[in-house]
Amino acid sequence: MNDNIKTTKKEKNRNEFLYFAFRNRKLQIGLIIILFFLILAIFGPFMTDHKIYAYANPTGPTPPNSEYWFGTTFFGQDVFTQVVHGLRSTFVVGILGGGIGTLIGIIIGFTAGYTGGVLDEILNAFTNIVLVIPTLAVLLIIAAYLDVRSLFTESVFIGLTAWPWVARAVRSQTFSLRSREFVDLARLSAVKPIKIIFSEIAPNMMSYLVMSFILQFGGAILNAATLDFIGLGPTNAISLGMVMQYAVQWGALQFGMWWWFVPPGLAITAIVGALYSMNVGLDEVFNPKLRET
Amino acid sequence: MRKYFTRKILIYLLTFFLAVTIDWMIPRFMPGDPITNMLTRFSVNTNAIEVMHDYYTKNFGLDLPVWKQYLSFWSNLFQGDLGISIYLFPKPVTEVIMNAVPYDVALLLPAIVLSWLAGNHFGAFAARSKWLDNTISPLGYILTATPYMWLGILLAWFFGIILGIFPIAGAYSYSLSPTWSWQFVLDVLHHWFLPFVSLFIVQFGGWAIGMRNLIIYELESDYSHYLEALGAPRSLVRKYAFNNAILPQLTGLALQLGVIVAGALVTEVVFSYPGIGYLLLAAIQNQDYFLIQGCFLFIIIGVLLSNFIIDIVYVLFDPRTRKGMTGETA
Repeated sequence: MNDNIKTTKKEKNRNEFLYFAFRNRKLQIGLIIILFFLILAIFGPFMTDHKIYAYANPTGPTPPNSEYWFGTTFFGQDVFTQVVHGLRSTFVVGILGGGIGTLIGIIIGFTAGYTGGVLDEILNAFTNIVLVIPTLAVLLIIAAYLDVRSLFTESVFIGLTAWPWVARAVRSQTFSLRSREFVDLARLSAVKPIKIIFSEIAPNMMSYLVMSFILQFGGAILNAATLDFIGLGPTNAISLGMVMQYAVQWGALQFGMWWWFVPPGLAITAIVGALYSMNVGLDEVFNPKLRET
Repeated sequence: MRKYFTRKILIYLLTFFLAVTIDWMIPRFMPGDPITNMLTRFSVNTNAIEVMHDYYTKNFGLDLPVWKQYLSFWSNLFQGDLGISIYLFPKPVTEVIMNAVPYDVALLLPAIVLSWLAGNHFGAFAARSKWLDNTISPLGYILTATPYMWLGILLAWFFGIILGIFPIAGAYSYSLSPTWSWQFVLDVLHHWFLPFVSLFIVQFGGWAIGMRNLIIYELESDYSHYLEALGAPRSLVRKYAFNNAILPQLTGLALQLGVIVAGALVTEVVFSYPGIGYLLLAAIQNQDYFLIQGCFLFIIIGVLLSNFIIDIVYVLFDPRTRKGMTGETA
C-alpha cells in the first residue's frame, strides 16, 4: 500500500517534469541543435569518400560546391570531411572530459560536504587552490611533454583539471542537505554513509548534477578547442580546433578562404551555445520560480 | 580584514608552491625523454647542442638525488633563472618573456576592466525590460559560447581583409621602429584595436547575462520589496540591487581569470600579437621546453597577482570585510 502511493507519486513527478521539459523552448532548441550535430558526427564521415588529410581536390582551394560541400583547403583537402571527423572528437572530449570532471567533482564534493571537519577543510582548501590555477596553463604544460597525444588522454586531462567548480557546488549543496530531518532519520536508522549519500542526498540534487554535467560538457569542448588551436591537439585525430589552427597557419585569412574557418568555429559555438540554452531551460524546468508564465 | 587577507595570501602561496612543483615534476615524470627529443631535433646547430647539453645535465642534474634537484629548481627560480630559450637561442627565457609581458598587459587589462564594467552596467540596464531581455539574453549566451579564437578570426577576416581598415598581424608595422612619435603610437593603437575588441566582446556577453540574472534575483528579495513598500523610487531600489549584485560578479571575475587568459593566448595567436600566447605557439612548434615552462610560470604568477588585486578591490566594495565580519569566505 505504502509502496503503491510512493510509485504513483514518483510517476506523477516524472510526468510533470516531462510535461514542462517538452514545453520548454530553450530546452527544445538546445536539444534539437545537439541532436543535429550528434547525427552529423555519427553519420557524416560515411557521407564522404575523402580521407581526412588526403589532397582530394587537385586544383587546390575551392569555395563550397556540390562536389566539396564546405569547399577545400589550401592543399585541396575536403573541409566537410575534416569538420565531421572533428565533430566526433568534439563529442568525445565533451562527454568524456565533462563526465570525468563531473564525477571527480561529485566525489570530492560529497566527501567534503558530508563528512565535514578536518577532511572538509583539507579538501576545500585543495579545491580552492586548484580553482585559482588557470586550467589551460596546466593542460598545455602536460600536453607539451607528451610525444603522443591521443584524444582519450586529452579528454582525461581536461576532466582532471575541470572538477573544482562541480566540487564547490556539490559541497555546499550537500552541506545544506545533510542537516535535514530525513537525513537525520536515515542516520539514526544506522544507514551507511555511502547509502545515505546515494539514496537520500543525491536524488535531492539530481537537477544540480545534471546541470553541472552539461556545463562541464561545454567547458571541456571550449578547453579542447583552445588547446588544439595552440598546437597541442591530439596526434591521432582531427578536431575542430585543429582545423581552425591549420586555417590560420596556412593563410586562409589572407586569401579570404572563409569556408575553411567559418564551419568549425560555427559548429563549436552552436554546440556550446545549445548546451548553455539547455542548461537555462532545465533550470526553469526544475525550478518552478523561474518558469515563464 | 586581517584574517581575510591572511587566508587569501595563504591560499595563493600554496597555489604558487603547487604550480612550481607541477612545473618541476612534469618534465621529470612524464613518459618519454624530452632532452633527447630536443637535442635530436636541433642536431643542426652543433654549437647550441653543446651548450644545451651542458645546461641540461647541470639543470636537470639527473645524477643528483630528487630532493636536491627540487631545491635547486627553487633556488634558480628565485634568481630569475628559468633556463635558455632554444627557439631564440641564446636569450634567457626570463628576458624573452619579459619582452612579451607588456603586450599581454596592454591587451588584457583594458579588455578585462572595460568589459566587466560595461557588461555589468548593461546587464543591470537590460534586466526586467522585456524587449531588451529578449534580444540581449540569447545574444549574450551565444557570445559566451563563442570560442575566443573564432571571434578573433571572424573580426580579422571582416575588418582586416574584406574592409581592409585594420591590420591583422603584429603589434606595429614592420616599416616603423619603436619611438615615442605620434605616428608610432597611432600605429600601435591601430594594431591593438582588433585583438582588444575580440577579447572585449566575448567577455562582455558573459558579464551582461550574469548581472541580468543577479539583478532579477536581488529585485525579488525581501529588502527590495520592503523598499518598494516604503515607496522608495525605482531607481533607488535598483541601485541597492546593483550594489549587492556587484559582489558575486567580482568573485566571478576572479574565478574567470584563467579562462580569460586562455582566451588572450589564442587571440594573440590569431593576430600574431607578440604576447605570451604567440610566444607559446612558437615554443610549442619548436619544442622549446624551457620557454614553455617559463610561460606557464608567468601565466600562474599573473593570475595570482590579479586575484590578489581583486581581493583588495573586494574590500573596497564590501564593507563587511573591512569591519571584520565575514563577507566573502572562500
